[in-house]
Amino acid sequence: MRRFVRSHATELALLAVIAVICVFLSFATDRFFTLGNAFDLLNTGSVNIIFAVGLLVVLIAGGIDISFAVAASVVQYLTATVLGWIGGGNWIVGFIIAGALGVALGCINAFLIHGFRIISIVATISTFNIFFGLLMFFTGGVSIYNLPDWLTTRVVLFEREMADGTWAEITLPVLIMAICVFATWALITRTTTGRQLYAFGDNPEGARRFGINIGAMQFIAFGWLGLMAGIAGLVQAHYAQEVVPNALYGRELDVLAAVVLGGARLGGGKGSVLGCILGVLLVSITQNGLNLMGVSPFAFKMIVGAIILAAITLSNTSIERLLPFLKSRRVHS
Amino acid sequence: MTVLIERVRNALGPELAGPFAAFVAVMIVFGFAAPNFLSRATFESVAFQLPELGLLTLAMLLPILTGGLNLAITFTANMAGLTLAWVLQSQGGVDAGIGAFVLGSLLAIAVGALSGLIMGLVIAYTKAHPILVSLSMMIFLRGLGEFLTRGGDVSGIPGFLAPIGYGSIFGIPVPLLIFIACVLIWHVLLTRMKLGFNTYMIGSNIEATRYSGINTRKVQVLVYTLSGAMCAVAGIIMLARFNSVRVGHGESYLLITVLACFLGGVNPFGGFGRVIPVFVALVVLQLLSSGLNLMGANQHLATAVWGILMITVMILRWLAGRLKFLNTNRG
Repeated sequence: MRRFVRSHATELALLAVIAVICVFLSFATDRFFTLGNAFDLLNTGSVNIIFAVGLLVVLIAGGIDISFAVAASVVQYLTATVLGWIGGGNWIVGFIIAGALGVALGCINAFLIHGFRIISIVATISTFNIFFGLLMFFTGGVSIYNLPDWLTTRVVLFEREMADGTWAEITLPVLIMAICVFATWALITRTTTGRQLYAFGDNPEGARRFGINIGAMQFIAFGWLGLMAGIAGLVQAHYAQEVVPNALYGRELDVLAAVVLGGARLGGGKGSVLGCILGVLLVSITQNGLNLMGVSPFAFKMIVGAIILAAITLSNTSIERLLPFLKSRRVHS
Repeated sequence: MTVLIERVRNALGPELAGPFAAFVAVMIVFGFAAPNFLSRATFESVAFQLPELGLLTLAMLLPILTGGLNLAITFTANMAGLTLAWVLQSQGGVDAGIGAFVLGSLLAIAVGALSGLIMGLVIAYTKAHPILVSLSMMIFLRGLGEFLTRGGDVSGIPGFLAPIGYGSIFGIPVPLLIFIACVLIWHVLLTRMKLGFNTYMIGSNIEATRYSGINTRKVQVLVYTLSGAMCAVAGIIMLARFNSVRVGHGESYLLITVLACFLGGVNPFGGFGRVIPVFVALVVLQLLSSGLNLMGANQHLATAVWGILMITVMILRWLAGRLKFLNTNRG
């Protein structure tokens, strides 16, 4: 038990905070504690969670990526265009195109980082500007509204009519999100590659001497994030029923904040899928709750920012003080 | 002769070689590609556009030198601009006097410094990662600004502020003069003052610096506070140039300031980098943007080209490193 607490301190702290917020919101609003609202949270949070688990892999491998959200925009636009050319397609074709484009864009980052030894933040800020600049230049900022029918039709996987006549639904994005989350979890905890990613993130030079192919690690990490970004881009297009070139601009920093809030360390070697999801959920539950409490939407970001700032301050000071064995371990190592 | 070159090179430092080569390349390429590039109008437009991005880059530079990052710069500038705008409005809006402007500017700088101070305290005392701390500060300030302005513009700025945005003294634009003054302040701070020395030390190795008896927490707090104050100066200039404040203005500059720093030879892990090469890098970026503009391309293409330039410089640096490696092997 003590070992579990020690290895999952961030996750447990996040769970506790989320529980407190949920209990508070259940009493403060009459709509929060309903099945419909829980499902809404899942439906709207899907895209961010897909991004988050992708980014988690890169963070574990000791990198950072700023470009994934605009890469997803590029993928959206190209996929919509290609689907227009081939005259329709279906979900499988859509995923293959979007996934392949996403992986390709991720591999550009990995190539720059590994091939020329450019630090990942420099490389990805550069590609952020290149992707976004070229996208806006070639599209002229024009959105695409005439998407194929299969892409814009809402797919309801589970629905139930509630007592008050509203419908609680789980839609396709939630299923895709669940698959992405499971795949990422399996990759980083159940495969040799996953253990190598952790080792590489924790100590690149040590990993290299141990015989881990560091080039492969970079391509797997950034390629995986690219794959997730491509899928998230397609899901976002499905959810919003349109492709807007700058719709995802700025999302990268919000997702980054949520993932690091979930215990992933900037610098590599640490982070879990559970923590990552809890980080995203904490942010979206807070926003959802504020919305239901009738707080002005203009104040959401302010409060979310303040909560993250407070969480960082507390998690970096009091957890170590509250659990002294963590501190003593760090000193000895 | 070689001694002279050597002396100049020593005075300028090795970091200047990259940005300066890029400067020459840009001048040659656009001099041929766009016939009216080498004209007064080009340099005038660069001189007016440079300060906005430049002041924010200076604000980004200090934290990067300590091995950190300040992602809150643009919204700190917005908040400072809002503070000044409100003071002016409360003193009669368009009819406000010089006194209101001075008071407002001081308050604006105080607001900027306060945001930096909070970040500095959190970073120094909790050892949280600067990216995360400044990111949450950014989200907070953006929300605060949107909450207070409801996403709209704040305008009604007295006319005497216009010269700060558009005026020129002896043919040199006033915003450029302010920017150059700030560059010099930063240069002196980093090369002549104890705080500057300590900033480099922290960037190189914070633990070693702490063991050598330097109060690293104080230095970090000061660095972020100064960074916030510099954002406020940028906010004031932006207010004068656009005659209004809007939260989110300049947001697209955020990541470009990081690029400008790295293009200017600043080490991403901190500890190395100088102000003058960063200044040259900024001039290069603005010249590129103006040149592309003259050739009929838009701002978005310029953004993409900035990214490509950055990658190119990094690849060239890598190649240079490899060549040196080969040479030493042979020798």
